[in-house]
Amino acid sequence: MSYWEFLGEYGIRFVSGAIVTAEQTVPASALAIGIPVVFGLMRLSRSFVIRSAAIAYIEFFRGTSLLVQLYWIFFVLPLFGLTLEKFAAGFIAVGMNLGAYGAEVVRGAIRSVPHGQTEAAIALNLSPATRMRRIILPQALLIMLPPWGNLLIELLKGTALVSLISVADLMFAARQVNGSTFLSAQAFGTALIVYYVMARLVVTPAMRATERVMASRLGRT
Amino acid sequence: MLDWRWDFAFEVLPRLLLATLNTLMAAGLGYGIALVVGLVFALAQRTRYRLVTAIARESVEFIRSTPLVLQIFFVFYVFPQFGIRLSPWTAGMIAIGLHYASYLSEVYRGGLESVPRGQWEACTALNLGTARTYFRIIVPQALPPALPGMGNYLVGIFKDTPMLSVIGVAELMHTANAIGSESYRFLETYTMVGLLFLLISLPAAAGLRAFEAWVRRAFGLSR
Repeated sequence: MSYWEFLGEYGIRFVSGAIVTAEQTVPASALAIGIPVVFGLMRLSRSFVIRSAAIAYIEFFRGTSLLVQLYWIFFVLPLFGLTLEKFAAGFIAVGMNLGAYGAEVVRGAIRSVPHGQTEAAIALNLSPATRMRRIILPQALLIMLPPWGNLLIELLKGTALVSLISVADLMFAARQVNGSTFLSAQAFGTALIVYYVMARLVVTPAMRATERVMASRLGRT
Repeated sequence: MLDWRWDFAFEVLPRLLLATLNTLMAAGLGYGIALVVGLVFALAQRTRYRLVTAIARESVEFIRSTPLVLQIFFVFYVFPQFGIRLSPWTAGMIAIGLHYASYLSEVYRGGLESVPRGQWEACTALNLGTARTYFRIIVPQALPPALPGMGNYLVGIFKDTPMLSVIGVAELMHTANAIGSESYRFLETYTMVGLLFLLISLPAAAGLRAFEAWVRRAFGLSR
């Protein structure tokens, strides 16, 4: 069977798998963007309790593996009376894991905004909330966008693990096709190429465009 | 509801600890491969031959942007298709070693690029050979900025070893899955696996920070 015949017969499975991967990536990214903003700010809080809570979250999720977290959320959380459907368990695990890495990016970016900006905001009598929202965060956002691009690619790659709790994503499709045809090079090779295309032709250009928009909105072009 | 059984936890702990040794060995072997192959990837991107540079560059990009777990399957299933049978360990080490080699080559590249051009020019002016230029002048300056990245990926490879369980490498996650399916007790098993990972990766990260600080002092780069 030539590769084109292979694609003709099984291509549709890869397409539907890729759609599920995208459906996992979008809510996981939303989590992995929301969580870091909250925990990154908590990490910089003056209150010991809030700061410790953020550190505990970050160190816990960065200190263990995504796969362990995924299994724990899927198999152990139900014992606490919290049963998640596999699709939700998948993107929640991926989002919370990458969120912990993102929180450190947010913290680093906020701290790298020059201190004069904070002083100027205080001198202008802006409230702490306004200072953060209007002065510090927009500038920090520009600094954190490039590392975010890498994190989102990590996130896309991380979603491949949800196939192990039988979410029918791209990886799952590749394993199924491999199982029924034994054409491993074609099955896994196709999936590798689709992941590469998603990372390089979707995620990376989207991040570059966001960087450009943000830079021009801050008048830094 | 929640019923944590200590007797069960202690019963399976020895098996988990033994599997932890396998996990550490997998991480160590994989990292060893990655250190060497990463250097090849990094140096291949610095040659005069455009084609070699382009191939190395694209390979690194490709490996970096695709999921490790898929690469593990790929290596494990594709080689037998061409008549080469690989044990789970061999396939796993090739896959994880190559994946991290692509990360480490970026770290090396960053380190090499952080050495000012003038250092290279001075070496040329002093008529130092390639080997002496690299070992005496460039690497000692490129290493300290590369160390944090190298340390992060050492902890990173350790945390990615559970993916090897998908092809049956008997590391921590694989053992935990086996215990889970024998006893149907996931609470103690997966919780202890998580704790074992924390217990190793947090001190390891702290140790690496201390090591970086020591190297920076030893090379006279700070304070």
